[in-house]
Amino acid sequence: MIGQIFTPWRWAELLSSWQDFAFAFLTTLQVAFFALLLALCIGAIAGVLSASRSRILRAIVRVYVEFFQNTPLAIQVFFVYYALPYAGIVLYEVPIGILCVGLYTGAYISEVVRTGINSIPKGQFDAAESQGFSYVQTMALIILPQTVKAILPPLANQCVNLIKNTSILAMIAGGDLMYFSNAWATNGHFSYGPSYLICGLLYFILCFPLTHWARSYEEKLKASVQGGKA
Amino acid sequence: MNEAINAVFTKTNMIYLAAGLLKTLQVAAIAILFSIPIGMVLALARSYSKGIAGKLAGIYIELFRNTPNLLWVFVCFIAAPFGSDTARCASAYVLFTSAMMAEIFRGGLNSIPAGQFEAAESQGFSFIGTIWSIIIPQCMRNTIPTMMSQIVTVIKDTSFMAQVAVAELLYNTKNLMATLYVYSGHPITTAEVIMLFAAAAAVYFAINFTIAAAARVYQARMAKDTGKR
Repeated sequence: MIGQIFTPWRWAELLSSWQDFAFAFLTTLQVAFFALLLALCIGAIAGVLSASRSRILRAIVRVYVEFFQNTPLAIQVFFVYYALPYAGIVLYEVPIGILCVGLYTGAYISEVVRTGINSIPKGQFDAAESQGFSYVQTMALIILPQTVKAILPPLANQCVNLIKNTSILAMIAGGDLMYFSNAWATNGHFSYGPSYLICGLLYFILCFPLTHWARSYEEKLKASVQGGKA
Repeated sequence: MNEAINAVFTKTNMIYLAAGLLKTLQVAAIAILFSIPIGMVLALARSYSKGIAGKLAGIYIELFRNTPNLLWVFVCFIAAPFGSDTARCASAYVLFTSAMMAEIFRGGLNSIPAGQFEAAESQGFSFIGTIWSIIIPQCMRNTIPTMMSQIVTVIKDTSFMAQVAVAELLYNTKNLMATLYVYSGHPITTAEVIMLFAAAAAVYFAINFTIAAAARVYQARMAKDTGKR
């Protein structure tokens, strides 16, 4: 496979189907984008609920988070793809990817949001209440804006995980980048080397800026906290 | 309902699923055992070497952190120099998880004050001696909860092997779904399918939830200890 990377005709072959690679990459982007939207919505709501006073709401969020964090994404995807049709529910692969990856990452983002809210001193809730803010107003106007700084780096890391996890679509022939790279090589002249290299490179291009930014932002944040202390 | 339970949870089926679970745990164990020392070496190189070793460790970590685990399962399944499918897949998990562990340990190393090196040197410790008996133990202790959540991730991600037909738990579950009619004598029913997937999910959940809960207990105890000091 490594030798294939230095074989020009295999690259020529790959180049001739660049449009298909581009389309598969777009599918991955599409799934990642909508899954991220879904995950952010679910994560923000579930995160706020898990920091609420209602014991029942907290319990519901707990069950959601524990279930999705402790079972494989692959089994969730297989369940929707293979098992739900028996119950009369048939979904296309791309919506399955968006739904499953979104729900899965939502559980992680919910934990990120909860940690962020819990790091804000409790007194602020009382102070806001004494000034006549409702619970929703307190959350939206006072608490959440303060958590943004601290939760951005872990959020970026979750976004990277989400992008990587969209490759799960390869397991149900979802037409994404991972699936197509594998299928193209298998169905052509077994040019796995160039195909996987391009596939990895495209994922890397998507993820590296995020991880790089998250790390430097985190270091800057830490330095400013230490600077403040000194 | 009872019929479905009787059809799914037969002795043969249970043995078949248990064999899958064994494969899952086997690969996860290999990945964890190898990736902890490799990850530690990578993290040490990245944090304390200004030269070529630090650069190489950095490239390795970034390469694996920013590409999907599933890609490496595919790559190693074809290209890794091992005889068995399981070993080739396991090598993919070792490669990938090492980078993740390295990133976790980097966080642990960052939290150790630089003054400890000077203190150790003044007590006659060599650089290697300081790393081995002072830095590594602290780093390991501080990162145990994060390491445990990475272990949960590894156990979950072994299910990717279903894609390359390695008979782990998810693959056997899916396979059983396709062949259940042979044993039961009738086309598989909705209740049976859901029961089957629920059983497999419950097994994954039981293992992972236990590890996650243990990590939380450990973390709470650690926070209490720090508070006392």
